[in-house]
Amino acid sequence: MLLIEDLKVKLGKREILRHIDLEIRPGETHILFGPNGSGKTSLLMTIMGYPQYKVVSGKITFKGEDITHMSINERAELGIGMSYQRPPSIQGLKTRQLIDICCNNGGDTEALAEELNFSEFLGRDINVGFSGGEIKKSELLQLMAQDPDLYLFDEPESGVDLENISLIGNTINHLLRKNLHSTADKSKKEVVKERPKMGLIITHTGFILDYVTADRGQVLYNGVLACRSNPSAIFRQIKDEGYGECVRCAI
Amino acid sequence: MRDLDNKASEAKDKKAAIGPDVELDAYSVEPPAHETIQDLKSLPEEDKERMLLAGIDTEESERSGTYIQKDSSSIYAFSHEEGLEVIPIREALEKLDWVKEYYWKLASVDQDKYTARAHLDLHDGYVIRALPGSKISFPVQACLYLEREGSTQNVHNIIIAEEDSELHVITGCATAAHVTEGLHIGISEFFVKKNAKLSFTMIHHWADNMIVRPRSVAKVEEGGLFLSNYVSMKPIKSIQSYPTTYLDGKGAVARFYSLLVGSPGSELDIGGRVYLRGKDTRAEIISRAITNGGNIIARGDLIGEKPGVKGHLECHGLILKGGFMHAIPELTGTVDGVEMSHEAAVGKIAQEEIYYLMSRGLTEEEATATIVRGFLNVDIPGLPPKLKSEIDRAVELSQQEFM
Ligand SMILES: Nc1ncnc2c1ncn2[C@@H]1O[C@H](COP(=O)(O)OP(=O)(O)OP(=O)(O)O)[C@@H](O)[C@H]1O
Ligand SMILES: [Mg+2]
Repeated sequence: MLLIEDLKVKLGKREILRHIDLEIRPGETHILFGPNGSGKTSLLMTIMGYPQYKVVSGKITFKGEDITHMSINERAELGIGMSYQRPPSIQGLKTRQLIDICCNNGGDTEALAEELNFSEFLGRDINVGFSGGEIKKSELLQLMAQDPDLYLFDEPESGVDLENISLIGNTINHLLRKNLHSTADKSKKEVVKERPKMGLIITHTGFILDYVTADRGQVLYNGVLACRSNPSAIFRQIKDEGYGECVRCAI
Repeated sequence: MRDLDNKASEAKDKKAAIGPDVELDAYSVEPPAHETIQDLKSLPEEDKERMLLAGIDTEESERSGTYIQKDSSSIYAFSHEEGLEVIPIREALEKLDWVKEYYWKLASVDQDKYTARAHLDLHDGYVIRALPGSKISFPVQACLYLEREGSTQNVHNIIIAEEDSELHVITGCATAAHVTEGLHIGISEFFVKKNAKLSFTMIHHWADNMIVRPRSVAKVEEGGLFLSNYVSMKPIKSIQSYPTTYLDGKGAVARFYSLLVGSPGSELDIGGRVYLRGKDTRAEIISRAITNGGNIIARGDLIGEKPGVKGHLECHGLILKGGFMHAIPELTGTVDGVEMSHEAAVGKIAQEEIYYLMSRGLTEEEATATIVRGFLNVDIPGLPPKLKSEIDRAVELSQQEFM
């Protein structure tokens, strides 16, 4: 479980997140909406542990451990993984090598790449000259290889063509084990137990909602979380009325 | 020869144009002579290990020929393939008249005191030649090995790729484990003839207090390709090298790659200069340098003398743990219509890249090492995979040492 309590975060001198309370239970996937610059990426980076996002007060707990001041790699080890909106490119580091690193000897790089139709990119330097859509696939591939327990997706489908959106959407749904359902001999509770994966997905387009059955939606507005509700309902409201309504909830 | 002797004598105290001056008399230990051997298996294990660090495979698997020199004597020189000649240069100068057509024909004996010394007190070296039309399948390896503490090794090498031939040479320079200091002077003259392809990969694995003064010149004829790779990862006291290449023939191509690591106390002054003289000639000089506290000067110079020639220079430097890095790229165009560019960057590893890899599970140290390895991992088109893997291995070994 991920538990964030009354978190306040500063970036430089600026307070970019305030009063953040968030709870993602095993098996749950949350969707994060919010206008440009509202602090969505900052929230994910803070959960991942980027030190420039300074936690001024509040607490982040993951799997029962206080991770508020843990290093990035310790969090990765504990099972947090992130797909970046704008990852850096690294000259000379082949995509294959990075996927191998993510696999940590536990996965088959070639097979995973095959699944995403990404094999031909394995020999290229990571993110160097990748198109917008290619970056999304490369990020997803890294997360697949890592297979963390908490998946943080920063706009996984922005700039992706329609055909690949379904590939990416279905893959995410699969990674989060959202395709498992209760059956005659397994109760809902048992299914959830087999499906401990958690997700937090940022989206502007809402396309991802067509593929991933999300449990909850939230809107981040000006550094404050508002509007805890059904993701599709939130998305409809944003589409119809813009973020204007959220201002009222955020106050 | 008389003329060369005179010129050399006159230049024997002439300081080099760049690089710290070396007191040659300080290296007066007479290098010992060694017996030739018929089988590399008879080499002591210690030598084999040290040679391997410089890319020399004494098993000779996937090698077309081998030349090994210890101190002042060539001890082993064999070609295992038709169309390939591997001959010690002293023997060649004595017995083969044609070699004189190449000896000091590109490099000048009176350039400085190092060239002069290499002529006046020649301790052998090799002549490696691929005959016309011969595509030599595996690389030829040459090892220049210094065993006597505090001595000098003055070598002269001539590499010839005759018309339509293809030749890959790997030269490993190394010192015995017990050696701490010495002086190595190496003259190399490269002749790449019409439509020939020559790749030359040099890996240095010297002792900490070695001083090295290579002097190399290459000439590439019409349609020829000269690919030169230089790897120096180990601490070394001082090296100064500024090889020159003349692209004389139409469409001739030269590509230079160097990978350098400067450790505390090391002084590396490494460059590359290419004259683009023929029509449609192309040149590329790429250097990647890392300093952990050493001084590195990375030079590059392209001189375009024909319209339509193209050249690119790239010096990238990383300062990891202090040190000094000076990138000096130069471009000269003497006519209209030359197309030359350069790119130089000196900096540190981007923190963002380290964090990115940490979020994939690496520790900060592992992430740094991975990025450094990537920085040194340059794609070298046209280099046989076997040689690329030798370069990768040299990089890998050095990483273990300095990380
Ligand atoms: N390095 C930085 N320097 C200055 N300001 C920054 C920096 N990084 C983020 N910010 C600012 O912090 C605010 C929140 O940024 P963040 O990236 O979290 O927004 P976001 O909600 O993800 O936006 P988008 O939907 O456009 O991706 C923005 O106003 C942004 O300009
Ligand atoms: Mg963002």
